[in-house]
Amino acid sequence: MSNLIKFKIDGVECMAEAGTYIIEAAKKNGVYIPTLCNMPNLKPKGSCRICTVKINGRLMTSCTTPVADGMEIESTSAEISELRKSIIELLFVSGNHFCPSCEKSGNCELQALGYLYQMMVPRFPFDFPVKGIDASSPKIIKDQNRCILCKRCIKSIKDAEDRSFFAFRGRGNHLEVVLDAELASTMTDAQAEEAMRNCPVGSIIVKEKGFAIPIGKRKFDHNPIGSNVKV
Amino acid sequence: MENIVKQIIDKYGSDSNRLMDILIDIQEEFGYISRKAIELMALTLGISQVDVEQVITFYHFLSVKPRGKYAIYLNNSVVSYMFGRQAIKEAFEKEVGTTFGKVTDDGLIGLFDTACIGMNDQEPAAIINNKVFTRLTPYRVREIVRHMREGRELEELSNESYGDGKNQHPELKAMVSSNIRRKGMILSDDYKTGKVVQSILPEMSPEAVIAEIKHSHIRGRGGAGFPTGFKWEFCRRAKGEKHYVVCNADEGEPGTFKDRVILTEKPELVFEGMAVAGYAIGGEEGILYLRYEYRYMKDYLESVLDKMREQNFLGSKIGEIEGFDFDIRIQFGAGAYVCGEESALLESLEGKRGEPRDKPPFPVEKGYLNFPTIINNVETFATAVRIIEKGGEWFTQFGTEDSTGTKILSISGDCMFPGVYEVNWGFNVEDMLDMVGAYDVQAVQVGGPSGTLIAKDEFHRTLGYSDLSTGGSMIIFGKQRNLLKEVVLNFMEFFIDESCGSCSTCRNMPQVMHNKLLKIINGKGVKKDLTDLKEWGKILLASRCGLGQTAGNPIISSLKNFHHLYEDLIQKDKEFDEGFDLTASVKESCKFVGRVPNFNHH
Ligand SMILES: Cc1cc2nc3c(=O)[nH]c(=O)nc-3n(C[C@H](O)[C@H](O)[C@H](O)COP(=O)(O)O)c2cc1C
Ligand code: SF4
Ligand code: FES
Repeated sequence: MSNLIKFKIDGVECMAEAGTYIIEAAKKNGVYIPTLCNMPNLKPKGSCRICTVKINGRLMTSCTTPVADGMEIESTSAEISELRKSIIELLFVSGNHFCPSCEKSGNCELQALGYLYQMMVPRFPFDFPVKGIDASSPKIIKDQNRCILCKRCIKSIKDAEDRSFFAFRGRGNHLEVVLDAELASTMTDAQAEEAMRNCPVGSIIVKEKGFAIPIGKRKFDHNPIGSNVKV
Repeated sequence: MENIVKQIIDKYGSDSNRLMDILIDIQEEFGYISRKAIELMALTLGISQVDVEQVITFYHFLSVKPRGKYAIYLNNSVVSYMFGRQAIKEAFEKEVGTTFGKVTDDGLIGLFDTACIGMNDQEPAAIINNKVFTRLTPYRVREIVRHMREGRELEELSNESYGDGKNQHPELKAMVSSNIRRKGMILSDDYKTGKVVQSILPEMSPEAVIAEIKHSHIRGRGGAGFPTGFKWEFCRRAKGEKHYVVCNADEGEPGTFKDRVILTEKPELVFEGMAVAGYAIGGEEGILYLRYEYRYMKDYLESVLDKMREQNFLGSKIGEIEGFDFDIRIQFGAGAYVCGEESALLESLEGKRGEPRDKPPFPVEKGYLNFPTIINNVETFATAVRIIEKGGEWFTQFGTEDSTGTKILSISGDCMFPGVYEVNWGFNVEDMLDMVGAYDVQAVQVGGPSGTLIAKDEFHRTLGYSDLSTGGSMIIFGKQRNLLKEVVLNFMEFFIDESCGSCSTCRNMPQVMHNKLLKIINGKGVKKDLTDLKEWGKILLASRCGLGQTAGNPIISSLKNFHHLYEDLIQKDKEFDEGFDLTASVKESCKFVGRVPNFNHH
C-alpha cells in the first residue's frame, strides 16, 4: 500500500495503488463501472466495451487502462451512459436473447445491465441471426444464440495441462466460441459449473440440472447489478 | 502425410510462436489443413485442438477444407468491379463449372473471393496458387482454366508475359507491373545500396541517428503518422534483453499498392532502413511481416537478403562496426486486413489470431514476445535511409512544414494512368487528378475505405497530416459511378468481413449500418434513417483499434459529403417508418395461399 495515487471519477476524489486497472480501483472506492467481459485476476481483453469511460476527451476501457496520478475519469455522463446503453442494445439485437425461457434469467449480467440502463426497446432492428446449439459434450450445452463472445470461458477454464477447453472460431460477425470436442469429454463437474458461473449470459448451461434456485430468488432479482459495489 | 507434418513442425523448432509458419507450410503442401494435422500440431505444441483451429479459421488463406489443386482467389475490391469483375467472375464460374466459394467435384479447381490484393492499377486480378494474374479478360479466363484441365504447370499458365522493371527478375517472374509514373528520393535510382550502413553509420552514434531522424520531422507512412524519431527513441530507452525491428508490409488498405512496388523495385532500401533502425534502437533482429497476397515475392526477397548478407550490409559487424549485428527474416500473414494494425501484427507474428492488443502498453515497451519493438511501414524505412544519407535538414526542404518529405501515392480507379506516384507532401487533389489524367471526376476516396470520400468542392485540399492525411490510397470515381451502391456498400462489406470480431461494437455495428444503407438503396429509407446512421456511427468510436473506429467512415463521410445522394433515395413523404409494411405482407401471404388481395375494403 505504499504507492498510493489520487485520481477522480466523475469529480469524486479516489485513491488507489498505482498500476491498478481503473475498474478495480473504482470498485475499491465504491464506484461501480459495468463489465461483461472482465474477470478479476485474469489478464483483461477489452472486448465488450461496456466499461468505456472518457479520459482527457478520449474513450478508454477501464478494465484495461491502469489508473495514473491525477487522472480525471468520466463514467456517468449522459454521453457515456448512452453509449453503454446502446452497446447493450446492440448485443441484444445481434443475438437471440429470449429471457423468459432462459435458465440464466435473474443471474444474467446482460439482462441485469439492460434493466440498469433502462433499456425498453432496442433502437436497432433485430437481426435474428441463425445460430446453433452444441449439446454434443457430456457436461454442458453451448448455446450460440446467447453468446456475447466475452472470452471469459476461454480465459478461465483450462485443464490440468493448461490447455483451453474453449476457443474462438472464425472472425468478424461469424465469430463463435466453441468447445474442444476431445477435451470436453474430460471436463469435470466442477469445471462445468465454473464455466456456467463465469459466463455472463446463458450461453453455457450445465446439463441435467435446471432452476436449482427459483426465479425470484436469483442474484439480480432484488438488487440491481453493481449494488454490491456502491458505498 | 504424418511425416511431412512432423517435419514441418520440426523445421520451426516445435515453437508455438511459429504456428503461422507451420500452418502456411501445411496449407501449401496439402491444399488444406486436415484434422489429423491439427491433432498432430496440438499434441506437439501442447495446446488444445480448438486452439489450433482458432488460428486457422481467423485467416482467409488457411482452411480446414480442401481448396482445390488450383485455388483461384479473385479480388473483390471496388476497382476490380469497375474494371469488369462481374464478367470475369461469370467466365470463371461457367468455365470451371462451379460457383464462388466452392471446389469442383474432382478437387481440381476452387473459386474464392478475396479482399484487395494490392493490384488496383491492373484489375481485375486474381491469385492462383500464389501467382498473381493481372488484367484478366473472359478470354484469358477460359484459356487459364483450359490449361489447368490439360494439366499444365502454373508457370506455363502465365504466358510469360511478365511485367516491367524487377518483375522480370529471374527469382520473381511476375505478371505484375510496377507502373512507376513519378519518382522522388525513394523511387529514384541515385542511391547505391549499402552507402549508409558502410560509410555513414561508422561515423555516427545510435543517438545521433535518432537525432537526425527527429530533425527530419518524418512521420510514419503507414497512415497513423506517428513521428518516427520519437518512436525509435522510446524503443531505445525501453528496457529489455532484446529489441526488435518489424517492417509492416501488410498493405491491406484497399487501394494501396505502393509497398508492393517499393518491395519490388527498392527492397534493398527497405532492408537497409531496417538495419539503420536496428542500429539506432540497439536491436539485432528484424522481421518483415509480408502479406500473404505478396507470397510471390518470397524467393526474390530472400535472394535480395542473401546478396545483402554477402556484401555485409546485413549479418555481423556490419560496416566494420563492432557490435553492429543485424539480420532480417520474412514472416507471412495469411489474409487478414486487421493484421496491418501493429499490435494485431505482433500477435500474428507470435503465431496467434490477429486480434489487436489493448494499449497501453505500446509495442515500443512490450512488442514482439514482449520485447521492446518498433513497427514501421515499408516506406518509412526506405525514407529513413535517405534521411541518414543526406541529413534531416536536407529532408525538410521537401513537402510542407508539418508534413516533410515525399509521399508515394497509389492511384487507381477512373483515370488514364493508374500507378505509383512519388510526390512532395502538400500536393493538392486537383493537381493530382490532372497529373493522372482523371476527367469528369465525381469523387475521390482518400486513404482507402477507412479514410474519406471527398467531392469536387474539396479538391483544393492538400495532402498532408494536417489536412488530407493518407497512407497513400487514392481511388478516383468518375461521374458514371453509383457511389452508394458500388462504392460505399462494397467498403462496408469489407469492414464486416475483416473485423477481428473481438469488440462488441465493431463486430456488430457495421452490419447494422450496412443493412440500413441497403434499405435506403432499395428505396425503403426514411429521413430518420439518415440521422440514425449518423448517430449510430459514433458508437464505433468505442472500439479497440483503428479498424472498428473507422469502420463507419464510408457511410459517415458519404453522408456528409454526398448528402444529396441519400436524400434522393429516401421516401419524401415519410419521417419515420412503421417497421412493418402491412400491404406488402398481405400481398405476400395472399401469394402463398393463392388468393387475390383486396385492398379496397375500407
Ligand atoms: C486496421 C489497420 C490496418 C493497418 N494496416 C497497415 C498496413 O497495412 N501497413 C502499415 O504500414 N500500417 C498499417 N496500419 C497502421 C499501423 O498500425 C502502424 O501505425 C504503422 O505500421 C506504423 O508505422 P509508421 O509509423 O511507419 O506508419 C494499420 C492500422 C490499422 C488500424
Ligand atoms: S475494433 Fe474491430 S478489428 Fe479492432 S480489435 Fe475491435 S473488433 Fe477487432
Ligand atoms: S469489461 Fe472492459 S471491455 Fe469488457
